[in-house]
Amino acid sequence: MIPKKKEEIHETVEPQHPAKKPKKKKMKPVPPNKKLNTGNQNVTGYAFISPFLIGLFSLTLFPILYSLYLSFTDFDLMGTPNWIGLDNYQRMFTEDPTFWKSMKVTFFYAGVAVPIRLVFALLVALALNKVVEMVGLYRTLLYLPSVVGGSIAVSIMWRQLFGNDGAFNSILATLGLPTHSWLGDPDTAIWTLIVLYGWQFGSSMLIFLAGLRNIPKTFYEASSVDGAGPIRQFFIITIPLLTPVILFNTIMQVIQGFMAFTPSFVVTNGGPVNSTLLYVLYMYQRAFEYFDMGYASAMAWVMLVIIAIFTALIFKSSEHWVHYESDAK
Amino acid sequence: MKKKRITKKTIQHVLMGSFALMMIYPLVWMVSSSLKKSENVFVNSHSLIPSEWHFANYIDGWNGFAGITFGTFFWNSTIITVIATVGSIISSTFIAYGFARIKFAGKKIWFVAMMLTMMLPFEMVMIPQYIMFNKFGWIDTYLPLILPTFFGIPFFIFLIMQFIRTIPMELDEAAKIDGCNTFDIFFRIIVPLIIPAMMTSAIFSFYWRWDDFMGPLIYLSTPEKYPVSLALKLFSDPNSVTNWGAMFAMSTLSILPIFIIFFVFQRYIVDGISSTGMKA
Repeated sequence: MIPKKKEEIHETVEPQHPAKKPKKKKMKPVPPNKKLNTGNQNVTGYAFISPFLIGLFSLTLFPILYSLYLSFTDFDLMGTPNWIGLDNYQRMFTEDPTFWKSMKVTFFYAGVAVPIRLVFALLVALALNKVVEMVGLYRTLLYLPSVVGGSIAVSIMWRQLFGNDGAFNSILATLGLPTHSWLGDPDTAIWTLIVLYGWQFGSSMLIFLAGLRNIPKTFYEASSVDGAGPIRQFFIITIPLLTPVILFNTIMQVIQGFMAFTPSFVVTNGGPVNSTLLYVLYMYQRAFEYFDMGYASAMAWVMLVIIAIFTALIFKSSEHWVHYESDAK
Repeated sequence: MKKKRITKKTIQHVLMGSFALMMIYPLVWMVSSSLKKSENVFVNSHSLIPSEWHFANYIDGWNGFAGITFGTFFWNSTIITVIATVGSIISSTFIAYGFARIKFAGKKIWFVAMMLTMMLPFEMVMIPQYIMFNKFGWIDTYLPLILPTFFGIPFFIFLIMQFIRTIPMELDEAAKIDGCNTFDIFFRIIVPLIIPAMMTSAIFSFYWRWDDFMGPLIYLSTPEKYPVSLALKLFSDPNSVTNWGAMFAMSTLSILPIFIIFFVFQRYIVDGISSTGMKA
């Protein structure tokens, strides 16, 4: 609490970047020189970042605004876009049960798969942090699914793995357990995708592992002198100091979860009975199978707003649970 | 006391080892299925050792479909991946240097814009971009897949920036005193020092481009132009596949480049993820 206050005072006294201040003072006695210098720097700076700026305007900002416009039209790629006002949105929210189905599926998928992946990644990282020997080997093996997970080959393999004659049923049969049509049953099909997502916990695990390595050993030593056991240490040292990493991971994974496409496209193609129709898959079908570009653009905007709200909520809530090291010192 | 420690260690390794094996089982299963005779793939399918080793699957699979071999698909993937990777690394390095080292008006705003585009998923601009490229007549060409990478990839910009920031400013200042201008400093001092960050970016770019599926899916329509990812999807269509062994063989082959890069450059990958939190 006290250091926080100190920082606030610090900020009110020196609103400018404190680190840059001494340099500015040195510069001040020669203003013409400085002006000339910054003028040059402006040109050079913009020259260096110009590819980014061109891309930003032509491939991000313009398309985003163009898609907002399209979402109020009936554009079908062939004709000219006709303004139809809020029709697409109205149709989506009131007349399209498939839209709501895909929304439900996506929320369920992201809501279950993302926490599973993160918890898994954290637990495995903690375990790896404790193992003394052969960490490198374990880390490599556990990271492998993440490395290849984005490929079509893995999605195809997954479809066969959980198919009726696949390895998973074959293992169950060998163990004397009942087999099941995992991909054919609307209740279980989504779980094969969730398991596929959770299985690729490797990159999150590496990020957590790096975070764990950054926690000074002295913290643990000091707390064990004070009589804290390993469980207490986990909750008072490890978790609080990892919260920035957890925050970052959560945001990226939530976005990735909402945007998942390839697994549902390849493993289940949305079926059976739309039980795995992820949002982006439905958007893809609307845009590139029905050429309903206006409607698909409206869908993209709805998802963009949802993601923005989620990201903002996570950031906002982070004030209460994320612990930055500057507070600790 | 010592004995106790050894048993503890053994338990640790048994638990960790079996967990790791469980996690890579699906991958091993894929490779082993690629060596089984097609009619045996789904008989006792969980077994990892083929009853007879059937390498012919790879030859059958390589023949591809519709008269196009997988040689064409691999070549297409290589072209797209290499050009896109070179483009994204060169542009990202320039942009990163601009953001990390040069003071210019409005830098903060553009930096925030870059961080926001980093979080903006491609799927959100996919439809308008498609319409744009359609108007340009770029459908069924590689341009929509390659050209956007030449404007920098925010993840790589960020990663390289982080790396540049670790280089002491004194180095730049000393060079300036020796008469170097900004471009000299960039090419002669900064670039040689940030090669590891560029390597990491290049490896990730390779992964993303090689695995890219949605781009080729919406932009390419001629099978001769398909990269491996899209070809494999067609090749594995559940309604038409009969040669399962060949399908597994091509699946395995398609991720072989990723494996090779991973094992050769593992150090760069682990560093990259640990420092920026990139997904693979």
